Amino acid sequence: MATFALRVNGRTHQVDGEPGDSLLSVLRYELGLTGSKFGCGEGYCGACSVLLDNQIARACVTRLAAAAGKNIDTIDALASGDRLHPVQQAFLEAEAFQCGYCTPGMVMATVSLLRTNPNPTDNDIAKVMDRNVCRCGTYPRIVRAVKLAAERVRRSGSAEVAR
Amino acid sequence: MNSIEIERYELTEPPRYRFDVGRRDFVRILTVMGSGLLVIASSRIGEAQESGRGAQQAVSDDVSAWIHVDEQGRVTGYTGKTEIGQNIRTSLAQAIADELHVPLDRVSLIMADTDLVPFDQGTFGSLSTPRMAPQLARAAAGAREMLIDRAAAEWKLDRASLKVNAGRVVGDGRSSSFGDLVKGRKLAGVLPANAPVATRPQWSVRGTAPRKVNGRDFVTGAHKYTPDITRPGMLFGRVLRPDGYTGTLATLDDARARAMPGVIVVRDGNFAGVVAPTERAARRAAAAITAEWQVPLNLPSSANLFAHLKQTETNAGGRGSAPVVVGDVAGAASQAARTFQASYRIPYIAHVPLEPRCAVAEWTDGKVTVWTGTQRPFGVRTEIAEAFRLPPERVRVIVPDTGSAYGGKHSGEYAIEAARLAKAAGKPVKLIWTRAEEFSFGYFRPAGLIDVKASVDASKRIIAWEFDNWNSGPSAIRTPYDIPAQRIQFHPSDSPLRQGSYRGLAATANHYVREMHMDAVARGLSVDAVDFRLNHLKDERMRAVLLAAAKHIGWPKPSMDGRALGIACGTEKGSYIATAAEVSRTPNGFVVNRLVVAFECGAIVNPDGLQNQVEGAVVQGLGGALFEAVEFGNGRIVNGSMEQYRVPRFKDVPPIEVVLLDRKDLPSAGAGETPIVCVAPAIGSAVRAFGEVATELPVRLA
Repeated sequence: MATFALRVNGRTHQVDGEPGDSLLSVLRYELGLTGSKFGCGEGYCGACSVLLDNQIARACVTRLAAAAGKNIDTIDALASGDRLHPVQQAFLEAEAFQCGYCTPGMVMATVSLLRTNPNPTDNDIAKVMDRNVCRCGTYPRIVRAVKLAAERVRRSGSAEVAR
Repeated sequence: MNSIEIERYELTEPPRYRFDVGRRDFVRILTVMGSGLLVIASSRIGEAQESGRGAQQAVSDDVSAWIHVDEQGRVTGYTGKTEIGQNIRTSLAQAIADELHVPLDRVSLIMADTDLVPFDQGTFGSLSTPRMAPQLARAAAGAREMLIDRAAAEWKLDRASLKVNAGRVVGDGRSSSFGDLVKGRKLAGVLPANAPVATRPQWSVRGTAPRKVNGRDFVTGAHKYTPDITRPGMLFGRVLRPDGYTGTLATLDDARARAMPGVIVVRDGNFAGVVAPTERAARRAAAAITAEWQVPLNLPSSANLFAHLKQTETNAGGRGSAPVVVGDVAGAASQAARTFQASYRIPYIAHVPLEPRCAVAEWTDGKVTVWTGTQRPFGVRTEIAEAFRLPPERVRVIVPDTGSAYGGKHSGEYAIEAARLAKAAGKPVKLIWTRAEEFSFGYFRPAGLIDVKASVDASKRIIAWEFDNWNSGPSAIRTPYDIPAQRIQFHPSDSPLRQGSYRGLAATANHYVREMHMDAVARGLSVDAVDFRLNHLKDERMRAVLLAAAKHIGWPKPSMDGRALGIACGTEKGSYIATAAEVSRTPNGFVVNRLVVAFECGAIVNPDGLQNQVEGAVVQGLGGALFEAVEFGNGRIVNGSMEQYRVPRFKDVPPIEVVLLDRKDLPSAGAGETPIVCVAPAIGSAVRAFGEVATELPVRLA
């Protein structure tokens, strides 16, 4: 057992554990940040997507040792109080969900995508987000939401998406 | 409404519990809800009054709903239906708001809490819109009329001079809010199932597309699915499993796990599990246990599955059905100019709901409360009550809006497991199945073997149709085509894997084979596939969707050279579907470039929600059409992980164009399932332009 310093949404937590313990398990069941979802535990569905030093990561297969010392951003703190992040607003307006279980991961994947590609084509979106599964099959709506968010972010300047 | 055949795989034991609408219940319900107006609409009441039918029959069909209007004028609907992504929390609220003439945001729903809502047999069969929405509407309409009566009595005015508007009763210069009308009172009414409800021309909230009522909670991650539920002092559980999908526990060495701080090991017969203070610790404790399992030998495998299904035909449990026989099949067949025969194989496929099976269980004073993602809250309550030998009223099942199900969450084993662990621990326990457990210990859509034979006369009409389905199920097994002689039969078999409900049930398998065969016969006779179907179709609703899909995709000409079109149509659960596919050849086989779906389900309640459901069903259908199949052997699922079992992803989805036909003159049918059924045959028939198509799903060139 060792102690790891996890910096999550700007706050540092000291967590005891094994280096190989799942970051998602700590986020969800010990820090109470349940916005990131457990879907497969294999890193293949994307429901647990978070940002690690601004890079998209699957929290379920991210080891505590790999997360320690990095900035971890989760969906739980993406909105600024009552004000939704433009990506969240776009998903809401496009109703880009059914059961919504994949939505936090899709939103985080979109935030990450728009940081590197502010004007993605349908193909860009499909390529980058292919590791996020929406089992309800709302992909066409998610693509619309991503493009809507991209348009808004471009118009308002890129500051917002960088939070 | 036409009667709908419930899939045999969906039937469970009749519920023990019956909600009796008596004075005592009104008192109980109003105690829970507080002052105000309560209206109950129940099909049981109507049936009892109409015909005095037997209780057993009434129980299985019971559809009840309650509406409560409180002193603030807030309206609450109570229903046993569950929200699993099909958007009924919104669409059912639309029905209530419409009848009561209140803004949608004044309406909320209490759903699927067995202590708070009337009995419901479950959320399946696309029945929420055709049956529950009218029942809630009926109760809401009853509430509206009672509020008018109340105002008329108070103001000593003729009720005909009063009307409701925006949450108020108004007329003759008077106006009062619903809240004021019920203040300090406990009013109650009961309505039979045949009480009239507004039809499509009178709708104003239904027929529109408001956003999902609690959509914000989904984009922020704030919504609490069952895996997100926390209870004071809650611990984490894990169940020990055999390596494969079956086994009997022989030996268990738990010394290392017991030595871990705070870990409890539970063994009860073939059940073994651990409880630990954190999810990580539960994982570690389970991994520290060495268990040996006895696994049966010579289990069937994917390789001999279809032979096994045919060899083990059984009518055990009365699941089989007598054949549907129309006309003289042998006589017609003997006069055939040509016959076309084929045999198709349908593999098992998995639901893969993104929210795994999960439950949180808590015991208090001999009563257990379980939060769990299920489509059958009352069925799960019965299962828990039986497992723990409790009266049902000592079990409460609460279903948070759930991360999808697709027919895969009808059973209560995970709720029972969590309750067993919680009982041993004396504290609340959360149990979340792993993805590996999902694949090995959930259940699958049944595999099936289907033989089909069409006999055709000299004028290119089918005169006899023979169709035998082993194991996949009887949903939509009958042909909608006008064929004078038919023999159609479902043959239940011994399924080597656990199987159950799935979106659309066997309608997908039966449509695949029927439509692929119609296509094959049309090709064999050199008749256009759309014309051939129209020559055999009298049903105007079916003709309408078929023509709409054909027109929209530009039938019979593909949009560019090198591409090919395919088409299929069908009907199930009261709605009509036609799907057209455009495909092109690639070095690896083929690719789907475009899909057109024409769908008609009577009067549309929420057009955007419907569009979403149709697109989603089509995407799910792409999985079964293009790559999903469960492989198994030696008692194990071979491809039981998200990595190995591919479900549709962004790159797999072509442009999907949905044409919705709004039949305002017809009652609304359910729509969540039927759009899945024609995806595979539309693609399969298009691929035939490039060569012979294998007779086993998924679709591929032979």
